[in-house]
Amino acid sequence: MAKKIYSTYPMVKYLRKEALPTALCPGCGGGTVLNAFANAIDSLKLDPKDLVVVSGIGCSAWIASPYFLADTLHTTHGRAIAFATGVKVGLPDKKVVVISGDGDLASIGGNHLLHAARRNIDITVILVNNFIYGMTGGQVAPTTPFGAKTTTSPYRNIEHPLQISETVAAAGASYVARWTTAHVYQLIESIKKALQVKGFSLVEVISQCPVQFGRRNRMKEPAEMLHWFLKNSVPVSKARNMSPEELEGKFVIGEFVNRERPEFITELNKLIDEVQEHFGLKE
Amino acid sequence: MIIRGDEPEQLRLIRKLYKPGNYFMQGNEAVAYGALFAGCRFYAGYPITPSSEIAETMARELPKLGGYYLQMEDEIGSIAAMVGASWTGFKVMTATAGPGFSLMQENLGYAVMTETPLVLVDVQRSGPSTGQATKGAQGDFFQARWGTHGDHPIVAVSPTSGQDAFWETIRAFNIAEKLRTPVVVLFDGVLAHTREQIKIPDIEEVEIAYRKLPQNEEEARLPFGDPHGDGVPPMPLFGHGYFTHVTGSTHKENGLRDVYTPEVHDKLVRRIHRKIEKNREVYEKYEEHFTDDAEILVVSWGVSARPALGAVLRAREEGINVGLFVPKTVHPFPAERMRELGKRVRTILVAEMNLGQMIIEVERYVNDDVLLKGVNKIGGVPLTVEEILREIRGVA
Repeated sequence: MAKKIYSTYPMVKYLRKEALPTALCPGCGGGTVLNAFANAIDSLKLDPKDLVVVSGIGCSAWIASPYFLADTLHTTHGRAIAFATGVKVGLPDKKVVVISGDGDLASIGGNHLLHAARRNIDITVILVNNFIYGMTGGQVAPTTPFGAKTTTSPYRNIEHPLQISETVAAAGASYVARWTTAHVYQLIESIKKALQVKGFSLVEVISQCPVQFGRRNRMKEPAEMLHWFLKNSVPVSKARNMSPEELEGKFVIGEFVNRERPEFITELNKLIDEVQEHFGLKE
Repeated sequence: MIIRGDEPEQLRLIRKLYKPGNYFMQGNEAVAYGALFAGCRFYAGYPITPSSEIAETMARELPKLGGYYLQMEDEIGSIAAMVGASWTGFKVMTATAGPGFSLMQENLGYAVMTETPLVLVDVQRSGPSTGQATKGAQGDFFQARWGTHGDHPIVAVSPTSGQDAFWETIRAFNIAEKLRTPVVVLFDGVLAHTREQIKIPDIEEVEIAYRKLPQNEEEARLPFGDPHGDGVPPMPLFGHGYFTHVTGSTHKENGLRDVYTPEVHDKLVRRIHRKIEKNREVYEKYEEHFTDDAEILVVSWGVSARPALGAVLRAREEGINVGLFVPKTVHPFPAERMRELGKRVRTILVAEMNLGQMIIEVERYVNDDVLLKGVNKIGGVPLTVEEILREIRGVA
């Protein structure tokens, strides 16, 4: 296929131009995620006025706030989902999306992630997993692969990584999918599905950080990291028949759950209706 | 754009549900009813003694008013959810106690920096750490002031009775709305659990304030500007198509982050300070008894102000020229009045349920020739009239 060179970028209409260019490093997967998100919004024909995007702290938190042109709330480290919960209660008819990193959402923010999934609140979380704390200088994360080197595991990482998608699926989310930045079209489709699901949805994106992670793990070039993702990706259907030993170091990709469960805000409003009815408070 | 909780429909519900009159209730319940009267329709919290009855009352009453009670996974999530809800136009509140207040400090700073109106009730209990979970104290005076990091202003009010708690909670909401800022209510475990007669007024008798909303596109595009010169920017709410960007990082008037330019940080943080300093009339409040001819002055706050008044009344009967000064807004401290009173008296006694916290603030405003002495008690039992009276006699 011939290479197409773009001289204009149609998705730029969704970006906050005064905040550009982005602060992301060359080769970072964050641009791919922003692109995929903008494409999903465009393809669903969603009006950005009907979106509120919330993020925490770190490189991936910057993907949509400030760069995406919507109401954006850039919060404290780890707390994005809790902030988003308040926003969703106030604006149940808007799409509330959290875009942030693995360190932010699954480490310090792990508690909020699990409980939002348990409540099944109608929020879409796009969790960018680059296995490392990028902005603070490449320290070990709860997602860092066993044996990998980082600035705070200079000899090797002796901790086991958290399997985010599996954990959130078990906690009760309505929709969970995992892709890598090498699976852009599948990623866009999953973001679209996640935005349409009534309930808590998580799209985990395995993303390259050539500067902080790749450089210390013999993958200095972004392309090397993408090759690593492709070579080690296993579809979720195939993974079901594989042993934990066989799955060591693999990335299980695909949809983990897609189910209907009672949604939190709907239930909350139903409860209010019942209470008002019961006490004869309706006009 | 609307601020929810003050629509005619809401007033109808309040009237229908809460008939004016005298009730026998806990201080904590009075706080909750104050919040409902002030228009609070969103509560996010995490249970902690001795504040839990505030959450329980809100969980029971809010759905009747079409409001939302959320029990979050922890205190950090609670204040985070409040900030999110406030940006959609809710008047919001949470209640906690010392350890939970400690957890909320980071996002309290976030609310200061993003100028988010919210009310945080700290029902003080003994500390440090878990301390005496069920006992009252006044040990969070400085946690309210300096618990979060950086140069920041804070407004904190402190009720002296259950009845006062009802009105002071309403006042806290009004200050938060008028100045677009978080407000702390420093309550305590003693008054929180004391049952007494509390008069619930008609909603007509309650002053209810609203945050300033942008009047035009231009104002909405500058969510952190100062178009009216009072330091308080109009707040463009989420969901109205203004594409507002809110961040706890240093930001320009349009909300976009700029953490590199010293002038941007200087201008923003100084304005947030000025907003509080220059609008003293919005929040400054204190009570005085017999200060005209006082030679001895008792300064007290919150729960301790009641036995302090009892002691002053008794001492007056004994012919001692003693007065009482009670800051109701404790931060910013009523400095000017304190300085005036400090010039007139020879002795100041500061009565509080801690080892000496407000006394440090008082000391800043009195001359060296004034005898300044703390009347302090810890252990979870409030100061008694006799204990304070004994100290007054001692310096008379």
